[in-house]
Amino acid sequence: MKPAPFRYHRAQSAQEAAGLLAEKENARLLAGGQSLMPMMNMRYVAVDHLIDLNPAADMVGISLKGGRATIGAMTRQRAILEHSCLAAGAPVIAEALRQVGHVQTRNRGTIGGSLSHLDPAAELPGMMALLDAEVTLTRKDGTRTVAMADFPAGYMTPCTEPDEVLSSVAFDLWPAGHGWDFREFARRHGDFAIVGVGSLVNLDGSGKIDRAALVLIGVGDGPRRLPEVEKMLTGEAPTAALFAEAADLAGAGGMAEDALVSETYRRHLARVLVRRSLDNAAQRARGGNNG
Amino acid sequence: MDDGRFRREISLTVNGTPRTATVEERYSLADFLRHVLGLTGTHLGCEHGVCGACTVLVNGDAVRGCLMLAVQAEGSEVTTIEGLAAPDGTLSPLQQAFMDNHGLQCGFCTPGILTTLTAFLRDNPNATEPEVREALSGNICRCTGYDTIVRAAMSVVRGGAA
Repeated sequence: MKPAPFRYHRAQSAQEAAGLLAEKENARLLAGGQSLMPMMNMRYVAVDHLIDLNPAADMVGISLKGGRATIGAMTRQRAILEHSCLAAGAPVIAEALRQVGHVQTRNRGTIGGSLSHLDPAAELPGMMALLDAEVTLTRKDGTRTVAMADFPAGYMTPCTEPDEVLSSVAFDLWPAGHGWDFREFARRHGDFAIVGVGSLVNLDGSGKIDRAALVLIGVGDGPRRLPEVEKMLTGEAPTAALFAEAADLAGAGGMAEDALVSETYRRHLARVLVRRSLDNAAQRARGGNNG
Repeated sequence: MDDGRFRREISLTVNGTPRTATVEERYSLADFLRHVLGLTGTHLGCEHGVCGACTVLVNGDAVRGCLMLAVQAEGSEVTTIEGLAAPDGTLSPLQQAFMDNHGLQCGFCTPGILTTLTAFLRDNPNATEPEVREALSGNICRCTGYDTIVRAAMSVVRGGAA
């Protein structure tokens, strides 16, 4: 089993890749290859030109400056998982990354590849939506920035133009001492989630929630932020009753249904996971569980 | 050669030996190792990154040999199952532990499991049993039920050398 023949090109930079993308017919970018290669092996995807981003050193790295994190699109998932400063500033990412595939796939898989593939159940797009990230798209002659909320154009389809390369992603860190949680329900560790939930909670001096963010993955075309739940939580004391109410509201939206999982079951999972996730995030914000 | 297939010369190190070969650009690293270099110890199960049988070490990291192109391994150091034992054939402590603990039955998944655990135990010499089980989550074995594999890995941890 192998891909249909293609021409292989090595891109030394994001701009070079964008130039090749603009110039070649039926070309695809190859990032970590952990989703594209299986699709090519099974010939769901056949390309004439494969542009390898792995030599592009300008697309690799993690920087934390002035409370903002910037991650190069070709940074490996394992490097992100093991980055201690990022783990301190945005611990929810590492918690989610432990659920992304296995060590062998995280050694190759990249954040930019995951965002561009945009599987509705993928953890990294969910985390970037949770953190209000912005992605930078590079063309031959310039760049533009798109909010993660506007990045998905539809099911597994980012809004990138045919000559654009996702080159980096950036987000502001939450205040030190915020609470976080990511959890998901999958049939096997490392599988795509049936439903996953990420939450961030910050408490003010009196112990009330002054900021909350929640995201569901696996329930629709892309990651789903829950602004109405976030609004409902803000200004309230973090109690079990509040989180039960939040969970009900989180499960109220329409959920995807497929051959194996009914909408009813997804709704049930979303409610249970949201309640547990908020509970743990609040506990961590109170300093009760830093693990 | 104009047969509609695109080839490229690559140079890399495999199990300590420098190799240069011409390979089809679409060849996976696993196919290159098996068909071009004749190193058939690397097995292919699913060929879409799920089963872990084709796991090899590239610059020391465990990766799916079926999801990386051979041309992407240009300049890399690749270690396969054939490279784990000493040149005189003495098994690595992990390989010996697999023999001693019945860590394999049909053996099809074993090359991928040994390469995965070789990298994992190098990075985590004091791993716990749950950590070993998580490290194995990307490798499917249908014979052993994993218990003897975990026992073999833990015996290496307790023995102090991976």
